[in-house]
Amino acid sequence: MKILIALIPALPLFGFLVTAIFGRWLPRKVVSLTAVGSVTASAVITIITGIIFLSPSFPADYVTSTIYTWLRTSDLSATISFYLDPLSLVFCFVITFVGALIHLYSVEFMAEDDGFSRFFSYMNLFVGSMLLLVLADNLLLLYLGWEGVGLCSYLLIGFWYRVPEFGYSARKAFIVTRIGDTAMILGLILLFVSFGTLNIRNLMHLASVDWESGSFLPVVASILLLAGALGKSAQLPLQTWLPDAMAGPSPVSALIHAATMVTAGVYLITRTHVLFTLAPVVMAAVAITGALTLLISGFSALAQVDLKRVLAYSTISQIGYMFLAMGIGAWSAAVFHFMIHAFFKALLFLSGGAVIHLLNDEHNIFKMGGLRKSMPVVFITFLCGAASLSALPLITAGFYSKDQILWFGWSSSLSSHLLWIAGITGALLTSLYTFRLVFIAFYGEMKIRPLHRPGKLIAVPIIILAVLSLIGGFIEMPENMGPVHLFTTLFTKTLPAVKINGPGNSELLFQIISAVISTGGVYIAYLLFYKGSHIVSFFRAGKINKFFLEGWGFDKLYNFMFVRPVVWLSEIDRKDFVDLIYKTTALGTEYFNQLLSKTQNGKLRWYVLFLTAGVVIIITLMITL
Amino acid sequence: MILLILILILITGGFLAWITGRRNSLVSRIISLLALIVDFTIVMILLVRTGNGEEKEWLVEFSAVWIKKFGIGMHLAADGLSLLMLVLTFSIGMLSVLISWKEIQSNTAFFHFNILWILAGITGVFLSVDLFLFYFFWEVMLIPMYFLIGIWGHENRIYASYKFFIFTQASGLLMFLSILGLYLVHGNNTGVYTFEYSQLIGTDLSPVVEILFMAGFLAAFLVKLPAFPFHNWLPDAHTEAPTAGSLILASLMLKTGAYGIIRFAIPLFPDASRAFAPIGMILGVTGILYGAKLAFAQTDFKRLVAYTSVSHMGFILLGAYAFNEIAYQGVVMQIIAHGISTGALFIIVGQLYERLHTRDLSRMGGLWEKVPALGAMGLIFSMASLGLPGLGNFVAEFLTLTGTFKASALFGVLASLGLIASTLYSLRILQKVFYGKSINDHRLKDLSFREAFVLGVMVIAIVLTGLFPQGVIEKARPSFGRIKTETEKSVNTASMENEMPIVYLNDHHPLLKTDQ
Repeated sequence: MKILIALIPALPLFGFLVTAIFGRWLPRKVVSLTAVGSVTASAVITIITGIIFLSPSFPADYVTSTIYTWLRTSDLSATISFYLDPLSLVFCFVITFVGALIHLYSVEFMAEDDGFSRFFSYMNLFVGSMLLLVLADNLLLLYLGWEGVGLCSYLLIGFWYRVPEFGYSARKAFIVTRIGDTAMILGLILLFVSFGTLNIRNLMHLASVDWESGSFLPVVASILLLAGALGKSAQLPLQTWLPDAMAGPSPVSALIHAATMVTAGVYLITRTHVLFTLAPVVMAAVAITGALTLLISGFSALAQVDLKRVLAYSTISQIGYMFLAMGIGAWSAAVFHFMIHAFFKALLFLSGGAVIHLLNDEHNIFKMGGLRKSMPVVFITFLCGAASLSALPLITAGFYSKDQILWFGWSSSLSSHLLWIAGITGALLTSLYTFRLVFIAFYGEMKIRPLHRPGKLIAVPIIILAVLSLIGGFIEMPENMGPVHLFTTLFTKTLPAVKINGPGNSELLFQIISAVISTGGVYIAYLLFYKGSHIVSFFRAGKINKFFLEGWGFDKLYNFMFVRPVVWLSEIDRKDFVDLIYKTTALGTEYFNQLLSKTQNGKLRWYVLFLTAGVVIIITLMITL
Repeated sequence: MILLILILILITGGFLAWITGRRNSLVSRIISLLALIVDFTIVMILLVRTGNGEEKEWLVEFSAVWIKKFGIGMHLAADGLSLLMLVLTFSIGMLSVLISWKEIQSNTAFFHFNILWILAGITGVFLSVDLFLFYFFWEVMLIPMYFLIGIWGHENRIYASYKFFIFTQASGLLMFLSILGLYLVHGNNTGVYTFEYSQLIGTDLSPVVEILFMAGFLAAFLVKLPAFPFHNWLPDAHTEAPTAGSLILASLMLKTGAYGIIRFAIPLFPDASRAFAPIGMILGVTGILYGAKLAFAQTDFKRLVAYTSVSHMGFILLGAYAFNEIAYQGVVMQIIAHGISTGALFIIVGQLYERLHTRDLSRMGGLWEKVPALGAMGLIFSMASLGLPGLGNFVAEFLTLTGTFKASALFGVLASLGLIASTLYSLRILQKVFYGKSINDHRLKDLSFREAFVLGVMVIAIVLTGLFPQGVIEKARPSFGRIKTETEKSVNTASMENEMPIVYLNDHHPLLKTDQ
């Protein structure tokens, strides 16, 4: 068992080493076999581990597997050791399973690229780092995975390095997330200094014993961790990097948005939920951040013209739902939505990527149209993903996961009805922008012909994901619909349950409301973008559209507030003013040297003059003293 | 005796390389390499055989009378810390001979003489426990370095070598004055006139005198480190020196300053050091941020890397004045990791210069497609420079930050901004040099076997220090034990640790359930 757990992250990392070191000399078949094989094997091992771990006969609630002591000095100690409990198991499953499908897809998608082995080595490292992150039993190892993920996102967003703009996006992603990471490492240090350990379990235990709820230290510590989570999960105010992260190849986007990276923040907060519950202010901040983010990015998604940017904003918005859920204490609902989101978002990016790929790199949805006939497989799978994202009632997985969050948004004792209103507005926005995309790109007249049909390696992963996007939700049903609660049962010992605000609220009523809202959104999208309406063209010309398109002006604001001052600061004093001190000293010395050497001019009367002057001065001094 | 032999091998090796190499430069290269390999092997054997020796004061020692009348002894001694420094010295030494194999073609014999003599000086600095001897070696490493920059350097080498010489010489003299002062005061107090380190420790000094003497030592160490605002010799010297010179400067010579602070300045003057600590930390933080800012602004690749050193050395100063073991371990890790990572960056600059004949960043770009292996190396060491976990620099920075935070939360927070700043300049390097559109169509050769070997060794080293730092930590620990006991009386009175209202617990706290 312990070896199995260690193998989960070890295999992709091994794949990384092989493809990174020998990739240049290996044939592509071997590279793809190593890369895809390692992640797939890791997925299989995760499933086996899961079966053993979840079998009723398994004796423990969690398993730790220590490999070696990383560093130990004074009272500081960090080990390379893994910690498996239901939470890390779910994350591992999603990362490896979805990751494997994305890898498989990439083999065909990247077939023509000259950086084939480089691509796969980065991808393997990405998956490996993410697995380290979710399996780490101490915060330092978690941070190692955390930064590894940041590095890989940088490398993969800027994968096509010849284009300077892509390099800019890549650096933006790294720097913005690094700002959050720096806060996070401070939080980590604060926790260590307070409790003398980095082990997450021990930390949480000690925090709950030693720290009073709402006191200063837990608030500071959780704010610092939250800052890290905001960066990685692209939440307000650190969300600006994600829309630009589109620069990378589409499978990368799928990996960043679905299986890795952006969900790291969700994982971190859930993992340290004990700390966050000790800081009710911060909990509220998490929920409000989530609500604001989901609204802001929902509006932004509505105005985008680039297919991948629509999806990017939708990711920010869906992660917003998860933050909302965590903020109101609905931990398992957040994780459930994470999993379902991973399925449909990976699907949307992969089939969206296929569209772009087959249309010879066309990103603009207004130049597409009528694709439903020219690429039926892609269309149907995309539709499944879109339906799940819009949470169409009963038949999609997204409905079950989102409805749970909305229901708790109303009924949780930590929530306020305003949060529910934000959530339900967001739900309307979601189905509006999703089906705007569907109607514009796939319906209407055909404007562009695909180059060829997608191959098997592209079709198979998206079909699997499409199925999961539809049926994945049945494992966790609302109370009034069916007795299936696999997900909540899984977490009974790991995550606290939501505190419901007394009975009397009818869950059914709220299900009907959200069902009506989401289907209504689709209908409105149909009226506006399929039937066509002059409101749309009016809106598109307006200033507000531009405002949404540019993501509410955050980039401009940050440019003004941070980027320009930094550039200005670096441009002044390029030569280092401190050097002036030494240069002046040197010049001064030289000046006096010349001054003095002028007195040695070989003229006798000068010497006599100075000599007499000196004698006179000495005599006067002697007399006066 | 073995310690003396280490130095003698380098000194005689230097002479041999000079004499024999006049006809055939290959001979001087091979002799230098052999001398270093022998030294390296000896130190590795010492390192392995000595264990961690908690109870002994020195693991290896050599003592002889030099000038009896003045109480000057030829006293060399090594503990874990010095042995680690020697391993670094000899490995960087071997690499610097290897990277000069093609670069240095003129006056090769004298070049290798200088390299070996610098290394002999550095070795002596790391081993001396007699202050006179220490000063002697401090000067020995200076003059050959002056020649190295002045003879084999780039365009502006004369200016740079002068600047280097004046800065280090002037500050070294101040240290010598302090050494003499300490010698006389100790002699006056006890009647025993000696330069012996272990005896001079604990000399009774009035507070003002202690601060003055410490200032003299610090002058030398802060200039060498270099700390803000004494860093100005460094960008010039680094930029103008030949690659081997920059490598030795960055990886070794700066570290003698760091070593001096933790071996001499703090133990000799514990109370004055306490008083100085806030200033030291301010200078450290300023160095971290200001160095990073200047690095970000440079257009000359080599100058950029030089300024990153200023930034990284700020962490050392910060850690040295945090007065706790975690921070000291961070300092040692930083000495080693910075030696590897920045050294490697200088090597990369040198290899690019050999191919492009420029250091100007605006004339690079898009080099990844031409020299992918070199690009990968650039990527790895830029990441090391920004403190990516898994590489040695992260361990160093994390330990230093934690130690600093324990001492003072404010400085810990300020220093952490350096992590963001280092991201800015490291990514700028990658973008300007390796990514983007390629500017010219020249075909460039990727790494040769020799170059790949040198950088490959350094990659392995930086990964090992990042993932398995425990060996280094164990080896260095006893040395801090000594520093701690020497400053203990001050530690107890210090209020720094009590600034934060925090309960300290360790892993054995009864509240903790043990795992598994």
